[in-house]
Amino acid sequence: MLLIRRSHRGIHPPENKNTSKIAISRLDDFDTLSIPLDMQIGPGCTPLVAKGDTVLVGQRIGEPMGGWSVPVHSSVSGTVERVKKEIMSDGDVVEYVTIKNDHKYLVSPDVKPPLINNRDDFINALRDSGLVGLGGAAFPTFVKQNPPPDKEIDLLIINAAECEPFITSDHRIMLERADEVIAGCMVTASWLGVKEVIIGIEDNKPDVVKPLEEAIKAYHRGGAEADIEIKISMLPTLYPTGAEKVLINKLTGRVVPMEGLPADIGVIVQNVTTIAFIANYLKTGLPLIRRVITLDGSAIAHPGNYDVPVGAHIEDVIKAAGGTITKPGKIIMGGPMMGKAIDELTRPILLHNNAILALSEEDAILPKEIACILCGECVRACPMILQPTSLDKAARRLDVDTLEKEYVLNCIECGCCSYVCPSKRYLVQNIIIGKGLVRAAQKKGEVD
Amino acid sequence: MLRVSASPHIRSPRTTRAIMLDVIIALIPAMFAAFFIFGPRSLAIIAVSVAASVLTEALCNLAMKRDQSIGDLTAVVTGLLLAYGLPASLPLWMAALGAIVAIGAAKMLFGGLGDNFANPAITGRIFLAVSFGSSMSNSVVLGRVAKTGLSPDLIGQATALTNAGDMDLVSQATPLAVAREMVEGDIPDSLTLFLGNHAGMIGEVSVLALLIGALWLLLRGVIDLWIPSTMIVSTVLLCWVAGGDPLMHLMSGGLIIGAFFMATDYVTSPITAKGKIIFGIGCGLLTFLMRMYSGMPEGVSFAILIMNILTPHINNWTKPVTMGGEAHAS
Repeated sequence: MLLIRRSHRGIHPPENKNTSKIAISRLDDFDTLSIPLDMQIGPGCTPLVAKGDTVLVGQRIGEPMGGWSVPVHSSVSGTVERVKKEIMSDGDVVEYVTIKNDHKYLVSPDVKPPLINNRDDFINALRDSGLVGLGGAAFPTFVKQNPPPDKEIDLLIINAAECEPFITSDHRIMLERADEVIAGCMVTASWLGVKEVIIGIEDNKPDVVKPLEEAIKAYHRGGAEADIEIKISMLPTLYPTGAEKVLINKLTGRVVPMEGLPADIGVIVQNVTTIAFIANYLKTGLPLIRRVITLDGSAIAHPGNYDVPVGAHIEDVIKAAGGTITKPGKIIMGGPMMGKAIDELTRPILLHNNAILALSEEDAILPKEIACILCGECVRACPMILQPTSLDKAARRLDVDTLEKEYVLNCIECGCCSYVCPSKRYLVQNIIIGKGLVRAAQKKGEVD
Repeated sequence: MLRVSASPHIRSPRTTRAIMLDVIIALIPAMFAAFFIFGPRSLAIIAVSVAASVLTEALCNLAMKRDQSIGDLTAVVTGLLLAYGLPASLPLWMAALGAIVAIGAAKMLFGGLGDNFANPAITGRIFLAVSFGSSMSNSVVLGRVAKTGLSPDLIGQATALTNAGDMDLVSQATPLAVAREMVEGDIPDSLTLFLGNHAGMIGEVSVLALLIGALWLLLRGVIDLWIPSTMIVSTVLLCWVAGGDPLMHLMSGGLIIGAFFMATDYVTSPITAKGKIIFGIGCGLLTFLMRMYSGMPEGVSFAILIMNILTPHINNWTKPVTMGGEAHAS
């Protein structure tokens, strides 16, 4: 059963889309790159190379461990310096392949456009390309594009909301690679067997409409996929429009059931940069080894959009882009609302990093929380219609029953509650712990 | 050294202290009205009440070994709201005692800000009304105002208040007491009620001053209209149906200050719009019942206190169903 019910909640933090007018520029010539063999949701890879091996651009260096796993490729040519387990910022221990760049950029002979004759070929090509959701979630695309046969998919939604402050990489991709975006929509929709594609965009990017519409016209002039309709839908700028469940709801009114997936209501959502990559891969066969990041934040000297190889060290990228104007106090991978703070400047750029933000030490100061005054701001802000203050308190007293009863697992961790809280309480932070408590209790069979 | 913390990494500039500052700003017009209607003694009551509130909170924090919290300005707001519900003739020590009860007993003993179940200012006021009935019902206005606004008869009965030390002060019956025929007197006309030149509690009398403040709170997004509108409409409608004068009930007693400034207290009122409507109507119904049928002329404070007690239950009854949680809920 489809439920129609719309949520219009959310927040409007300062947009800070300072880099939306700055064209993508390519950064290369990094001497050393570290490529983790697990950047995705699901199991990672086992190394295919060892110390001293020579690698080429696009060469597979990590072999999928099966299931949801996608291969990892080298982004440069050079020599493997070491293959070693290291602790990532989030505490995971992951195998890193460190490559010394020979600056020759010799492309592997394996890089050639895939031959696709049927749907299975398409899904396999998606896996071989190493593609994961590039909007930040890193969910393997081939898994998403291959929903269980009992789910009837009738709509492909392209997530181009880019609702996080600062980030403009999707915006620039739509402006500069509109033809790839549209080609990606067409080919994906066609293999998915859907006739309708909606590109959901926040209305702070009105300039993308024209290039996208022209690209649609140009594509249809070619005569292919004439029966697939692509709609461009402008949505009010209101974080978190780009959260999958929120975007589906705003565009269609359909509601993803709690603990369910978009496929349950006939929808597949892909990020716009992910979609553009699909078109490029089918044309060139070049796997996912580079990506566009927005580099911004109060400590950055030259904010902009940079096309960088995966594995480049953040420190080197910042240097290559003109350095900092003040000592960074915090480095965020992703946006300021949901991005992860990292512990070392030597960490590499990952597949799904849409932004690197360097905040000044002043902007990195954490607010001190005081008592909740029950003002209800968090309740009014929550796009999932939860009561964050109640969940926060329940999580702090380890009250699994209340957490479960008040739908804590439906929290999408967007952070609106913590953002609006006038008492500066660490709401979403505790609610995430609460989700963990419920999951642990469910595993033990204490709650249903 | 890089700082590592969980997202979000940005926070809204709005703080609890700023919200309380907005409430204080919203209460300033009523302070001016109090000064013009009741004279400088009203300011003395306000000063004592605020000082005692802040001091009590500071001392409680020290005694309870808690972080100092007076910087959040909530104690100042409580002190102001308590003072606004007192008559200008009240002995200053009583005002201080009311503040000590409001902050010490109703707020800090229950865990401080956010954990109190009842509105501290209302609790303090009810404590004073119950303990010192005659001092609390003694209502005075400045002589010069009274002379122009009141019948010669009443001025003749007026008693100069010794503890006020001000011969310009005259005592006068509040409109609600007159309406209930508890005391003799005239009910002022609507304009007088609106401007506030009549007997009553120092911060409650001027509807105009309170509405200016309420408008500020609405414009700044500190409060919404769910509670005030439902409380005022239900009180006035019920009193009118029961034969009362709707305009008089709207503009006298503590209805306006209660609806906009007391019933909207975040901590002690429901969170959701649905809950706020239930709460507002409950306040209106109880105010009506007490105004029309109880032994007291005024019922706003008790009505809000009772609804404060029901608030956790209202919050439980009105818990929203999350997006996509319908199957789970059923």
